[in-house]
Amino acid sequence: MKKIKSPDELLSLQEKIRSSRDPKKPCITICAGTGCLAYGTQKLIDGFKSEIEKRNLTDTIDVRTSGCHGFCERGPLVVIHPQKIFYQRVGLGDAAEIIEKTVLGGEVLDRLTYRDPVSKEKILCENEVPFYKKQMRLVFGMNGQIDPTSLDDYLAIGGYSALTKVLKGVSPEAVIEEIIKANLRGRGGGGFPTGWKWDATRKAKGSPKYVICNADEGDPGAYMDRSLLEGNPHSVLEGMLIGAYAIGSNLGYIYVRNEYPLAVKNVGIAIESCREAGLLGEGILGTDFDFDLKINRGGGAFVCGESSALFASIEGRTGEPRAKYVHATDRGLWDKPTNLNNVETWANVPLIINKGADWYASIGTENSKGTKIFSLVGKINNTGLVEVPMGIPLREIVYEIGGGIPQGRKFKAVQTGGPSGGCIPEQYLDMPVDFDELTKLGSMMGSGGMIVMDDRNCMVDVARYFLKFLEEESCGKCTPCREGVKQMRMILDRITEGKGQLEDLDTLEWMGQAIIDGSLCALGGSAPNPVLTTLRYFRDEYEAHIRDHRCPAGVCKALITYQIDPETCTGCQLCSRVCPTGAVKGEKKQVHLIDMEACIKCGACFESCKFDAVKVQ
Amino acid sequence: MKEKVQEIVARYDRDKSFLIPILQDVQKAFNYLPQDVLKAVSEELGVSISQVFEVCTFYKAFSLTPRGKHQLSLCLGTACHVRGAPLIGEHMERTLGLKAGETSPDLEYTYETVNCLGACALGPILVVDGEYQGNMTIAKTNKLFKKLGKKVETDEED
Repeated sequence: MKKIKSPDELLSLQEKIRSSRDPKKPCITICAGTGCLAYGTQKLIDGFKSEIEKRNLTDTIDVRTSGCHGFCERGPLVVIHPQKIFYQRVGLGDAAEIIEKTVLGGEVLDRLTYRDPVSKEKILCENEVPFYKKQMRLVFGMNGQIDPTSLDDYLAIGGYSALTKVLKGVSPEAVIEEIIKANLRGRGGGGFPTGWKWDATRKAKGSPKYVICNADEGDPGAYMDRSLLEGNPHSVLEGMLIGAYAIGSNLGYIYVRNEYPLAVKNVGIAIESCREAGLLGEGILGTDFDFDLKINRGGGAFVCGESSALFASIEGRTGEPRAKYVHATDRGLWDKPTNLNNVETWANVPLIINKGADWYASIGTENSKGTKIFSLVGKINNTGLVEVPMGIPLREIVYEIGGGIPQGRKFKAVQTGGPSGGCIPEQYLDMPVDFDELTKLGSMMGSGGMIVMDDRNCMVDVARYFLKFLEEESCGKCTPCREGVKQMRMILDRITEGKGQLEDLDTLEWMGQAIIDGSLCALGGSAPNPVLTTLRYFRDEYEAHIRDHRCPAGVCKALITYQIDPETCTGCQLCSRVCPTGAVKGEKKQVHLIDMEACIKCGACFESCKFDAVKVQ
Repeated sequence: MKEKVQEIVARYDRDKSFLIPILQDVQKAFNYLPQDVLKAVSEELGVSISQVFEVCTFYKAFSLTPRGKHQLSLCLGTACHVRGAPLIGEHMERTLGLKAGETSPDLEYTYETVNCLGACALGPILVVDGEYQGNMTIAKTNKLFKKLGKKVETDEED
């Protein structure tokens, strides 16, 4: 692309791209987010392309590989424009038939349309699917409409309009004022007001100043930042450009997990095309604003999501946090004023500038404005990314968008906020979801992971899982976190093995508080949360492990036995075949038995039985 | 060896702050991080060997020992955990005779666990040589092992 020389030239280029595109031209949009690609979507994409070439239709039908649409449960996803016909679980060999019948013939293929699991009704268009209908996809919605590697696509949907608006005559102070007025709060976990952070960095003494995008999305079960970077990298870059302009920075970094190769690739392509188009580099859009970006790939350490550890990592050192009596806005990366925001926060910025702070502040609750993307995962029918206005009741997310719990099982808890968050039990399902309400319940917003659990998940085991995770990820610098988390985990180990004592629960509580009070950074300071919230809401489950040597959910190995129900066993031999120790015995079409001596409780028989005949006790 | 390291370091303008990405590229090129290669990185970049070693041992992504021909990574993110990934993990350890993070002596397999691949709809997930295998079960793991040519001790005939 040729260098764009002025803000006005960019606007006319947008118009030119838009008018060169025929909205009525058939276009097959295929979701190529990591989730769909994991289903093998690349073969489908190749299938569509070769089929179109074979039929000499390259001029009549467009194929667009887009970023993640969010409904990962139903992938591979395909949307046929202009009718917006929504196909899900598309087979890798369905390309020819879709082109023949739907694109050319206008016929809808029944077997690929989505069927509402409740009403059994067929749903033709993407936005009519209940999963999407209840959402408010302001930040995430563009993902499905653009090819993330194409700057033209982003320009066609009005991309970089916010940047032009700012460069055409909004002062940096006025930009910051607008962000403060919108009351945008950091989406990475802290919830700190973004505008105030920008203001502090702008006013800080020292140069150069840095802006950083935190894409070290380490929370297990959260992947919205990855999907945004993969699916709409320019929206993040535009946010960073506006932020850098407001703060007075000329260099930025994107710190991204190396486990996200597609995000690294797509954001790299986006940066390159911005440099070519004059959207990055010296004299951006012909103004005197200079800004460039570097990508820094993380080394696989959870603690590097913490700001001061992240700076250390960018500086090429081990990711150890430091005490924060001096703020990063004063002395951050290389001891210079630094403004760090999360991916989703940056992607909200162009929206606020385009539509205004008043519009933005009209969405959400009193102290939490706008929308939030959650990754709804675990024991839920519709796994995927959902963007909802702040304040939506948890129940709506779980049941209306998420479609409830698989196999009609009973909801037990939803875990929010990642390893630093907490578990919220059923009685709080009607609570509005925002920064403050989640904190009140002892959990937190975090980066937006929502892990749904049913009655077959043991809360003691879940708490132990998070502690083990944090024990491994602790950088080891401060004692409360390094030693305390380990001690707490050892107590939980004992409890799950049936060797716990009731006093252990008190020990966990005071030790948890001591770790919170004494740790250097937020990793340690929030590490006990999963234990403390499960103790608060599921104390009876802990007590069952200790007092009755029983795991009510049937998870903790030392406390369970597998048995075969003679009434339901059909003697199909599936279980005896997968048993690694030969503990399951029985003739064909005869009731099987498990030899307790030989059983190692690996769960293979339980998992393989198609008749629910293997029971956990 | 030296040329390769020089080339990678040059890719990052010999910028010390890119030590971690440089080591990632170096590891990719050499399969792991051998001692002499680390010395070369330290010299080329002007970073002390102790700092290079500190970084290599702090971050999970780095391996100071050779890695196997087949890389098996099991996702142990929360969503995979609640969907039964630990049972798969135990089965993997049992079958391979390896703990997470280890490589078999014949350099055939490296088995490791990762903290969330962000493909939670497919959990539990096992990545075999870069390819995602979703909704894993113990039976499916056995099939995969057979495909890789690993003998599995079950009574399964097919």
